[in-house]
Amino acid sequence: MTVRIQREDFDIAAEIARLSHGRHEVGAVATFTGVCRDDGIAAMTLEHYPGMAEAEIERHVEDARTRWPLLGVTVIHRFGRMVPGDNIVLVATAASHREAAFGAAEFLMDYLKTRAPFWKKEERAGGTGWVEARGADTAAAQRWGGRPEAAE
Amino acid sequence: MKLLYFAWVRERIGKPEEEIDPPASVRTVAELVAWLSGRGEEYAYAFENGHVIRAAIDRTHVKPETAIAGAREIAFFPPMTGG
Repeated sequence: MTVRIQREDFDIAAEIARLSHGRHEVGAVATFTGVCRDDGIAAMTLEHYPGMAEAEIERHVEDARTRWPLLGVTVIHRFGRMVPGDNIVLVATAASHREAAFGAAEFLMDYLKTRAPFWKKEERAGGTGWVEARGADTAAAQRWGGRPEAAE
Repeated sequence: MKLLYFAWVRERIGKPEEEIDPPASVRTVAELVAWLSGRGEEYAYAFENGHVIRAAIDRTHVKPETAIAGAREIAFFPPMTGG
């Protein structure tokens, strides 16, 4: 398991290679990349809670490993200022079969959205403002159930 | 204990962290929020919609009714918007 919180960009191909290199039992690697979207913003700044961000993501990776037979997981979440087109987050999961890889990646992203301590502030022509949490994200996380403290 | 504030909670209070020593009558996260809200208008502003504020004790999410006894670090922040 690799969990990194960093300011720098990441190399998706290198991360996939790291998960599968020399491991012939790996038959599936699923990746999700969250990208800074251009919906009228000039940039966004991601603030995080150092220490808790890593701990919270690691807790969810451990949870994912109890739900699916995973052979490897990499989660990288960036912080700092980003412009449209920049990578924000990477979730990569390795397993023998695709069901586990797809399922765990989706599970981890749903929890990252609502439980990992990160906050986005957008810069628009009219000024700056904090992004509001979306009810749809909370609903997406809740459908997995099983973690009572995850209820909001 | 050490308090940490993030995002607009930090901006409204005007500082990222501080050391506090609340009275013994403050036993839960919710009671700590009420006590802090009485410390000044910046705190009252930050916690004016207290039900939306999230809290973590020693880097784990907690609910308002959670006891704060033994906590080293308590953080307050808005709903998370990462990912």
